[in-house]
Amino acid sequence: MRKLLIGIAMVPGMLLAQNPTATQILDQIDKNMASKSRIFTATMVVHAARGERVMEMKIWSEGDKRSFTEYLSPAREKGTKMLKLDDQLWMFSPSADRIIQISGHMLRQSVMGSDLSYEDMMDDRKLTDVYNAAVIGTEDFSGRPCWVLELRAKGDDAAYYQRKMWIDTERSIPLKEEWFAKGGKLLKQTTLSDVKKIQGRWFPTKVTYKDMLKTGDGTEFIMNEIQFDGAIPESMFSKAALR
Amino acid sequence: MLTLKLALRNLLGAGLRTWLNVFVLSLSYVVIIYIHGMLDGWDVQAKSDMMHWQTGQGQLWQKNYDPLDPFTLQESFATIPGELIPSVESGDLAPVLITMASFYPEGRIQSILLKGISENQQVVEIPTAAFSGGGADIPAVIGKRMAEANKITVGDLVTVRWRDANGTFDAADVRIAAIFNSNVPTIDAGQIWIPLRRLQTMLSAPGKATYFISKKSELLNYSGSDWVSKDLKSLTAEIDQIIKTKSFGSSIMYVVLLLLAMLAIFDTQVLTIFRRQREIGTQIALGMTRWQVVRLFTAEGAMNAVLAALLAAVYGIPFLASQAASGIAMPATTDTMGLAIADKIFPVYSLGLIGVTIVVVLVTSTIVSYIPSRRIAKMNPTEAIKGKIQ
Repeated sequence: MRKLLIGIAMVPGMLLAQNPTATQILDQIDKNMASKSRIFTATMVVHAARGERVMEMKIWSEGDKRSFTEYLSPAREKGTKMLKLDDQLWMFSPSADRIIQISGHMLRQSVMGSDLSYEDMMDDRKLTDVYNAAVIGTEDFSGRPCWVLELRAKGDDAAYYQRKMWIDTERSIPLKEEWFAKGGKLLKQTTLSDVKKIQGRWFPTKVTYKDMLKTGDGTEFIMNEIQFDGAIPESMFSKAALR
Repeated sequence: MLTLKLALRNLLGAGLRTWLNVFVLSLSYVVIIYIHGMLDGWDVQAKSDMMHWQTGQGQLWQKNYDPLDPFTLQESFATIPGELIPSVESGDLAPVLITMASFYPEGRIQSILLKGISENQQVVEIPTAAFSGGGADIPAVIGKRMAEANKITVGDLVTVRWRDANGTFDAADVRIAAIFNSNVPTIDAGQIWIPLRRLQTMLSAPGKATYFISKKSELLNYSGSDWVSKDLKSLTAEIDQIIKTKSFGSSIMYVVLLLLAMLAIFDTQVLTIFRRQREIGTQIALGMTRWQVVRLFTAEGAMNAVLAALLAAVYGIPFLASQAASGIAMPATTDTMGLAIADKIFPVYSLGLIGVTIVVVLVTSTIVSYIPSRRIAKMNPTEAIKGKIQ
């Protein structure tokens, strides 16, 4: 009798593991991916139509709201720094010796010729705040079983009206994402790979961004050394740190 | 009259020296009229082109609109006022809606201005009639600069991405229905024109416009709180400014020419007074006052300008007339400098320009002739007749 009761009590949990709701999946992703802070070096490889450009950088970030980036190479970009505080973005270029705020139409420009725009970097709202999500099926992607989630904008102020995500069912990390225009045209695609267990969590260390309207093979963003929840001095997130 | 007759006889008597001075001075006339005529021709042509392609007889701007500041575009459209709708429907007022967008020629990304304009407008020469037909695709017209820069031809489909009034991305293919050839780059480079209603729907901004182009200046009297009237003069003020700057720059050339001519007249006058001291002394001894002699020598110098005007007319009129008829070819690069310049500029020579040029040269020559002649007033006639240097 006792075993039966325990068994009945376990049913909802098992059902949840097998058929979680989209909100539960997104919450699980947040738990897995989010951290108090993140310090890492990264390599950005831009596969443009005219060739390949490689940039190295070091990034300090705190949640989704604050981040500081310093470009380490190539020589032309070395010393360039970017600071993001909430919805504001500043950039310091050593050759111009000026701090400029990236705003308005400048946010639409690509970041260092990559497939990422500055405004893509600025969108830091929680997915569950902006989108109604639904699980629309399961699919294998890169040899991993995935939940397929469809996200539709709750209001009319989302940058992308519709998104589609492929979530690794076992590791609760996104492996692929597609971003659609209001009219249904596929605008961007992100694939996440090279998943590693770092400090007890699964984390994709390579992200490939592709602007689907542009030619070229997209932009790879490879995170080399990641440290979660490390201490970052408060002074790092100030305009004074840019110079 | 006697002074003038004497002056002319003396001047012609000097022979080659006079004609060299006159030739250099005549060059000044022709160059001044030619350069100013070219700038006036450009001014007339640029303003006419702007009126036909861009400004109409004036515009009404939404109060936040600043064409030099793309940051304002998102907040610079308002509902088309009811009072203006009849003029919009009759085609006398062309509403235009603008948004920033990206387009993807040959797989590259480029920032552009996406402009919606009413299909039935009869104000500017943008070929909006081409919007009709074409099926489900969004019809678009672009300028030749935009087409050449991105290798686009009529019938091509190009992808455009934009954000609607709420900031949501959208994208669609537009079909190029026509390519227009205009001398006004500010309606061409980096711009795609589509039907106003389509853009209003795309931006979720029904019934909105950024500015109106007016066919009639009286329509600019509208005084709604959201709209600011811009007359033709203020819309073409930039051209006036450029012409003014160009005019100053080019004046250096003819000022140098004029200076050379004036230097020649001055030297000639000094030499003449030195060589004709005995004559001056005799004239005073025979009863002429010193100032009458000064006037005679000044008239001789000033008459250089009269002879130069006649000589300039002989070879200048055919030259300037041929330039006005055939036009002056502009280098290809000026087309990409953002200025409204046609392939050829046809100089315009107004009577005012010719008159002012003659007066300026005549007055300058008279002053330059008078300065050395003042020495005569201090001459002692006896010493002068003796030929003694004073």
